[in-house]
Amino acid sequence: MVKSVTNFGRNGLSDFLIQRITSVVLLAYFAFVAYIVLNGVTYPEWRELFSATWMRIFSVAALLSLIFHGWIGMWGVLSDYVTERLMGPKGNVLRFLLQLLFGAALFIYLIWGLQIVWG
Amino acid sequence: MCLRAFRGTLLVKDTRPVNLDIGTMKLPITAYASILHRISGVFLFIAIGLMIYALDSSLSSQADFDSLAGMLGSPVAKLVLWAVLAGLIYHSVAGVKHLVMDMGYGETYEGGVLGSRITFAVSAILIALAGVWVW
Ligand code: HEM
Repeated sequence: MVKSVTNFGRNGLSDFLIQRITSVVLLAYFAFVAYIVLNGVTYPEWRELFSATWMRIFSVAALLSLIFHGWIGMWGVLSDYVTERLMGPKGNVLRFLLQLLFGAALFIYLIWGLQIVWG
Repeated sequence: MCLRAFRGTLLVKDTRPVNLDIGTMKLPITAYASILHRISGVFLFIAIGLMIYALDSSLSSQADFDSLAGMLGSPVAKLVLWAVLAGLIYHSVAGVKHLVMDMGYGETYEGGVLGSRITFAVSAILIALAGVWVW
């Protein structure tokens, strides 16, 4: 079994499942927001929607899903292309640094998003 | 050290290809469906920053809401919006194909080809509709 310290969950199977569950949450969220926007919305209505508790919970669920999904997704991409096989030992260092960089971006998305929906 | 030098000499002389050079091959439709899902995923990672920015302005104040709506009137912004929507649509439709196949449907070569065709057709229609909505 391939072991990796930069996995999101305990192992590949858990990452696989989390990737699936988070994709369903994201899809539901985007579909719902698209439905609202397509029907046309004024600022007061939009504001009211996003200050409802259930919508805040839905938004935070989507944000958390985004960071898990994004971490696992970028891990998959990096571990295919930025590797020791393709670029020698420096591939491992570079992959780790890039994973950290994407992780930092996701962390910023999370805090920024929380501030918007709960601030 | 010695081993490394030995491997070094091997590497220089060894001209056998390590991998198939996929650039020289005709790929099945499933390969395009797959790589586009990956490209759209990486693209969305960046685009989500724009989406959060838009959400931020849309909720800050009536004035920001209006200026965002005004900004989306410009041709460049419309193009960017459409690109983001296209990425989101393709990634979502192909994502649903993944979920369907994970549940055990269409896990054959023919199933994969059909699934990819459906994915491309449905995405094309939705992306065209998104374009109509944006303009
Ligand atoms: C804006 C949010 C999203 C971002 C940033 C994102 C990003 C990514 C990335 C980078 C990957 C890895 C691609 C690869 O390894 O080839 C991925 C995989 C995946 N995405 Fe998304 N995605 C988003 C939304 C969605 C949505 C809405 C769905 C809807 C179903 C979805 C379904 C999937 C699935 C099923 C996979 C796994 C594919 C595999 O295992 O090969 N994603 N995503």
